[in-house]
Amino acid sequence: MSYKCVVLVKQVPDTKRITGQAMNADGTVNRAALPAIFNPEDLNALELALQIKDRFGGHVTVMTMGLPAASEVLRQALYRGADEAILITDRRCAASDTLATSYILSCAVRKRDYDIVLCGRQAIDGDTAQVGPQAAEKLGIAQITYVQELLDLEGDRITARRNIGNGWQEVRAKLPILLTVIDEANEPRVASARRLMKYKKARTPAELADKADAKALEEKGLLIQQWDLDFLEADLKWCGRDGSPTKVHRIQSVVLTAKETKNVEPTQPALNAMVHELIVDHTIG
Amino acid sequence: MIEVNTAGEVWVFAEQHAGMLEDTPMELMSKGRELADILKVPLAAVMLGDTCQEMVDCLAHYGADKVYLAEHPLLEHYQSTSYAKVIHDLIHKHKPQIVLYGATPCGRDLAPRVASAVKAGLTADCTDLQIGNHEVAKTGKVYENLLFQIRPAFGGNIIATIINFDRWPQMATVREGVMPMPEPDTHRKAKVVKEKVSLSQEDLALEILREQRQERKVNLKASRIIVAGGAGVGSRENFKQIWDLAHCLGGAPGATRAAVDLGFIDRDHQVGQTGTTVRPSLYIAAGISGAIQHQAGMSESQKIIAINNDPDAPIFNIAHYKILGDLNEVVPMMIKAIKEKA
Ligand SMILES: Cc1cc2nc3c(=O)[nH]c(=O)nc-3n(C[C@H](O)[C@H](O)[C@H](O)COP(=O)(O)OP(=O)(O)OC[C@H]3O[C@@H](n4cnc5c(N)ncnc54)[C@H](O)[C@@H]3O)c2cc1C
Ligand SMILES: Cc1cc2nc3c(=O)[nH]c(=O)nc-3n(C[C@H](O)[C@H](O)[C@H](O)COP(=O)(O)OP(=O)(O)OC[C@H]3O[C@@H](n4cnc5c(N)ncnc54)[C@H](O)[C@@H]3O)c2cc1C
Repeated sequence: MSYKCVVLVKQVPDTKRITGQAMNADGTVNRAALPAIFNPEDLNALELALQIKDRFGGHVTVMTMGLPAASEVLRQALYRGADEAILITDRRCAASDTLATSYILSCAVRKRDYDIVLCGRQAIDGDTAQVGPQAAEKLGIAQITYVQELLDLEGDRITARRNIGNGWQEVRAKLPILLTVIDEANEPRVASARRLMKYKKARTPAELADKADAKALEEKGLLIQQWDLDFLEADLKWCGRDGSPTKVHRIQSVVLTAKETKNVEPTQPALNAMVHELIVDHTIG
Repeated sequence: MIEVNTAGEVWVFAEQHAGMLEDTPMELMSKGRELADILKVPLAAVMLGDTCQEMVDCLAHYGADKVYLAEHPLLEHYQSTSYAKVIHDLIHKHKPQIVLYGATPCGRDLAPRVASAVKAGLTADCTDLQIGNHEVAKTGKVYENLLFQIRPAFGGNIIATIINFDRWPQMATVREGVMPMPEPDTHRKAKVVKEKVSLSQEDLALEILREQRQERKVNLKASRIIVAGGAGVGSRENFKQIWDLAHCLGGAPGATRAAVDLGFIDRDHQVGQTGTTVRPSLYIAAGISGAIQHQAGMSESQKIIAINNDPDAPIFNIAHYKILGDLNEVVPMMIKAIKEKA
């Protein structure tokens, strides 16, 4: 039996590499100055889908919701072996929290036939690890989170080992299912040179200045599909700002300006002052 | 969708496995108690399982006014679909204003599933919770007594305060080990509310084949604050100061290999190249020289406080706060400073 996989991937700023240049004058993070990368655990999710295809046959569709620039992660997925890539982009997606994001992604997944939906465990910018389980609930399917190893796929049964923090658990479930994959699961493959040559010219319509170019690309199989909320038939009440119950009240930057060292005298008043400073900046308390 | 309901209770999900309560619900109970008192509403624990009666007293001792008990043979083992279904039904029935879950692997599997079903917001991995007011800039409308859900994001580089003012309940997962454990009061009693559960085999999506859970002695990786001691601490007895400082900060004790080799503390606590790599918000290094193998496991801590009586100790090169002095004097003073602020 072969399996149809849909992999949800996100383009993220490389938050591990925040330096002085990536800070605004007011101390906030300047996201534009950070390199945009393929969310690391989404590469593990893609790798798992490609391994399933290699072993059992099937089809791998990759979807991302984001700005047109996020097409880059779709190309990278094509270089690695994805069969199909889809960009979900629409101004009305802006300011979506995880509830709205998972709703929009579930509408997109429903447009395809699928056996297994794969997500990374967590995105390194929002850092919530909520989109996977929420998308599973919206799709009305079960989830296996923190997958560290796929043990078996037979007919419509999947067996996997999950990492539960202080140990592991082996579970079996019926397809369709949503998996969230952790970095221990595998070593993601690198781009294939042949596929890179072929797909480096692949573009989404949003990236093209001239509509006429789309036709030419499409004939060569290099036009990446682009869906908006109308195409998804999404209920706008559940999308973007309106569909997001969580709002940001305040954002504070905690990056210390480089390695600034303070000398603290070993006296009670000096130590009291240090503790006070740490409470004020939320380090303790 | 649940409307704003200021009379709603504060709830804590009481995570248990095989009849053993986890630590996180007790930690949440201390914060939950504080929030419930400010809001003048009851604090309730919500416990699901097969037979849980014995754990109810414990929840009362740690601060619960009420315990909602959902017992059913199919709830014996945690799984997301069955647990989410029961909690979703309870939320709809009782309309709490706040629901807190531990940000444990189980809590982070469960809470988003519940949030999606209830169509409520969920803030991930909070390190602090407060009650406050929010003014909408455009309209000037003020929402009072909201739950400020404070969390690091962006790889720990920013702290976001998240609120939900129009759709409730206000739900959050809370990082393990950041809230101090309250002192149990064995005289406290809670009202037990038994809930009727209707579940069938179809509600269990997973078949759990095998499972292994190690008894966790210390979880350095999940600790937001680590207080580590080195050879300079001098003895196992004296290491008690390190434990005390860690406890009053809600943190975990760490150590260098030298301290472990000298028998001051167990190997589970070792930080470094051949120990655990940690990245806490605060790392306090006392009597640690700062060998490269030790630094390999802690140099990415967001803030480092070093206490050492040698001005040339390499640990000072990576410290944000340098305290040149005798740890036997400095550590007790720090404990005093923290206790007085809290
Ligand atoms: C500072 C900050 C704090 C935030 N805190 C919260 C919060 O507490 N609660 C909340 O509801 N929202 C929060 N958000 C909003 C949240 O980051 C966005 O909704 C985001 O679109 C998805 O969340 P995530 O990045 O945490 O993804 P995660 O839930 O961590 O992502 C898990 C997996 O879901 C898939 N996935 C996620 N996003 C996409 C996408 N756009 N396209 C395709 N696949 C995707 C990927 O496989 C990914 O690995 C916050 C945003 C910021 C900037
Ligand atoms: C392959 C290899 C792997 C290793 N892996 C690790 C590892 O994973 N983790 C690890 O920690 N080490 C590791 N080490 C060992 C490492 O090289 C150091 O030996 C060790 O970290 C030193 O520990 P220390 O700082 O506690 O002791 P010391 O280097 O002896 O330092 C003690 C410090 O305490 C100070 N001090 C003494 N008395 C006081 C006082 N009263 N008040 C204040 N300060 C005082 C001294 O000034 C000194 O700086 C490894 C070594 C090797 C070769």
